Amino acid sequence: MKNRTQAIIENVSRRNLLKGIVSGGGLVMAAQFLPTMARAEENLYNTGASGMPGGAVWDPHVYVSIDPSGTVTIVTHRSEMGTGSRTSLPMVVADEMEADWAKVKIIQAPGDEQKYGNQDTDGSRSIRHFVQPMRLCGAATRQMLEHAAALAWGVSDSDVRAQNHKVVHIPSGKSMGFGELAVAAAALPTPSMKSIVLKDPSQFRYIGKGKVSITDLRDITMGKATYGQDIHVDGMKYAVVARPPVVLGKAVSYDAAAAMKVPGVIKVVMIAPTPMPAKFAPLGGVAVIANNTWAAIRGREALNVKWDDGPNADYDSATFKQGMAEQARKPGKIERNEGDVDAALAGAAKVIEREYYIPHGHHATMEPPAATVRIVNGKAEVWACVQSPGGTRGDVANTLGLKESDVTVNVTLLGGGFGRKSKCDFVLEAALLSREMGGAPVKVVWTREDDIQHGFYHSVSYQHVTAGLDASGKVIAWRHRSVSPSLMSNFMPDPKRESSLELGLGLIDTPFNVPNLRLETGEAVAKTRIGWFRSVNNIPHAFAMQSMVGELAAELGRDPKDFLLEMIGPARIVDPRSTVTGGLWNYGDPWDTYPVDTGRMRAVVERAAKEAGWGKKLPKGQGLGIAVQRSFLSYVATVVHVVVDKDGNVSVPRVDTAFDAGYVVNPERVRSQVEGAAVMGLSLAKHTLITFKNGRVEQNNFSDYKVLRIGEGAMNVNTHIMAHGIDVPSSGVGEPGVPPFAPAFFNAVYAATGKRIRDLPLGNQLSA
Amino acid sequence: MQLKVNKQSRTFEGDPQMPLLWFLRDELALTGTKFGCGVGLCGACTVHVDGKAVRACAISMSDTAGKSVTTIEGLSPDGNHPVQKAWRAENVPQCGYCQPGQIMQAAALLAENKKASDAEIQETMAGNICRCGCYQRIFAAIKVAAKEV
Repeated sequence: MKNRTQAIIENVSRRNLLKGIVSGGGLVMAAQFLPTMARAEENLYNTGASGMPGGAVWDPHVYVSIDPSGTVTIVTHRSEMGTGSRTSLPMVVADEMEADWAKVKIIQAPGDEQKYGNQDTDGSRSIRHFVQPMRLCGAATRQMLEHAAALAWGVSDSDVRAQNHKVVHIPSGKSMGFGELAVAAAALPTPSMKSIVLKDPSQFRYIGKGKVSITDLRDITMGKATYGQDIHVDGMKYAVVARPPVVLGKAVSYDAAAAMKVPGVIKVVMIAPTPMPAKFAPLGGVAVIANNTWAAIRGREALNVKWDDGPNADYDSATFKQGMAEQARKPGKIERNEGDVDAALAGAAKVIEREYYIPHGHHATMEPPAATVRIVNGKAEVWACVQSPGGTRGDVANTLGLKESDVTVNVTLLGGGFGRKSKCDFVLEAALLSREMGGAPVKVVWTREDDIQHGFYHSVSYQHVTAGLDASGKVIAWRHRSVSPSLMSNFMPDPKRESSLELGLGLIDTPFNVPNLRLETGEAVAKTRIGWFRSVNNIPHAFAMQSMVGELAAELGRDPKDFLLEMIGPARIVDPRSTVTGGLWNYGDPWDTYPVDTGRMRAVVERAAKEAGWGKKLPKGQGLGIAVQRSFLSYVATVVHVVVDKDGNVSVPRVDTAFDAGYVVNPERVRSQVEGAAVMGLSLAKHTLITFKNGRVEQNNFSDYKVLRIGEGAMNVNTHIMAHGIDVPSSGVGEPGVPPFAPAFFNAVYAATGKRIRDLPLGNQLSA
Repeated sequence: MQLKVNKQSRTFEGDPQMPLLWFLRDELALTGTKFGCGVGLCGACTVHVDGKAVRACAISMSDTAGKSVTTIEGLSPDGNHPVQKAWRAENVPQCGYCQPGQIMQAAALLAENKKASDAEIQETMAGNICRCGCYQRIFAAIKVAAKEV
């Protein structure tokens, strides 16, 4: 656990960016440690994969097996939560090895980062960090099959070629199927990196085509796909937990006897809370274990727990917002500084000051968290919907006092993740309860109320932006203060401001072409559990910056798209590394591979505007809005078209998103991610609201925690993927669609109504 | 008490207040019917009771006595109900968790009214939440399926 926590924390600092972790031994190599010449030969680029726990592994002996019938089994090591990586990464292997996709079977790796490399499925990293290792893996497999055939025929390797699931002897035309070659190929050593030849992209059959459906598609439509909530193990018991309504609260008393009277209830168990920073340790509380979920729920209702709420009982969202506003209105800690903002503001012809607020939000994955654990003879077996199988393995081992090698984490499908299932508190609950039951399998089921009231919340944030304009209307100063409790509060005591990781999420990497630029943070201390939520701090940072650009354009009477391009400035590489005081966190990836490229940012703005028909005349009550954000090393611009009726109801008839994620492996899944990001973005803009009162979350279920439903808009999302060759490094896909949506939407609302919304969510602000 | 689940007779002797959802999931291991909210707000547990779409979390076992329940596992013997086929043709799912409930709701809608208007489709499907945001494709798939039912 220590190593992982350190890795998470160290990733924050730039000093670790180039430090590698070589995983495993023998034939297992991290793709980042290629000899320079081989790397040049293969045109591979560096990524941050080596800085992640477990690094990257590409050995076919780990990832690929072939049975004599010819079925190719490819291991997928990342968790599937809806992005399609469970299909896309094996598809890369299959293409490079010349396998026929119809004869490929995919199996899910258990948590084992020593063996498989990093499995932490978050940060929009699966394709970004593993497209190259999976290409190497497929190419190495292909070369092993070719070599096995050459040996069998007694011919030179150069005379044979793998083609569509068989190896052909070119001079004679004879061939052997992959199945016939399986045993001999598997006995061969993995080829050296230097000898591996990757396919020419013009020969790809699956990569980049978007013709392969997700592997679980049929099972999903038949109800056969298995998620964490769906696990059944012989002899399994079911548990629900009454958790303290306030983080760090403790149960003072409860009526175990009343719970035990409910038919089917077997046991009532107290779980102790863990002081902060608790990482992902359970919140504590009182668990009820029963023969079925319903009995456990009824037993919990009978507990009548009295709580000592502890030190967070004063958490009140309205008061906290005021405190953040006060912080944002005074000078903060300087995080990036260029020119002389104070002098420029003092000399400006006009100064415009605006504030933006985003409340807490919650993932509300359709599948509430669930985990099953069994302990037999000192070995624990886990079945769970976790984004972090490797981390979960370490945390379970730590919690139970076992060696990691005695913990098996079986990864189910995830019914949504969005960051929530990166935190394995629900698995640790199941581990503790299984131990209480003498190792019997226990499934912990979170209800929707549990999920909404005991989450790791998207952080609340307050942004204060001051812009100075000269007499000609040029922006000469930009001072931006960001105040938001840090997610690092899970890992270290009382951080008082956003960490460099959070600032790197779309604030201090801003490419804005303003000569006097100062980015600051103010203090705010977390009073609940903060967690990363799809695109994380990019949401408030983009909302404030891109709304402010819209406001300035309106102030100056400029076209918002033209003005946005002017703020971005000419096509160039913007390198803020020397002016960022705490180090620039570039999503954990090397700067040289993924610099801030305003040419690409301009291109997505232009493309989205063009596709949306920017500049067209619209009837009264309608408007277009635009916003752009670089996040997870991708560039995304969105144009939202809104229609606002006389009662202030907003509909969204059309969305155009230009998406530059470098080389795209699966365009069909990129489109689905962009469509989903628009829905999540619109949900954030219109509804997302978690509030605290007396330390407690005030929302309970989908009745009061509103999420977007069908027909509310974003039903016509048009995705425009920027075309690149495979030499342009692949970047994030799952998250980057979210950040530009809300500011584009509110810029459109302004265009339609003249009303500027700065306080999220929209709610009924337009009808008031 | 007796009921039919996917044409098979089943007996239940537990708490009559237990929602059908937990009987299906915990006792029959028919886990295609998903747990999403427990109070009829998200549609993930949609099944057919005597042919009508019902939230399995919001109907008690006592209210299912003598009824015939169809779950996603029983919608089509080979998984080729027109709605299921359309879902695959349109590549609807992302995480997939809500999709059995969406499919059961859509199948019930089209069984009742295969000429459902766009507004009727959206109104009916508004009870089924998808957090991945597959709504655009759900709508498209229902339009495709409507041509075949």
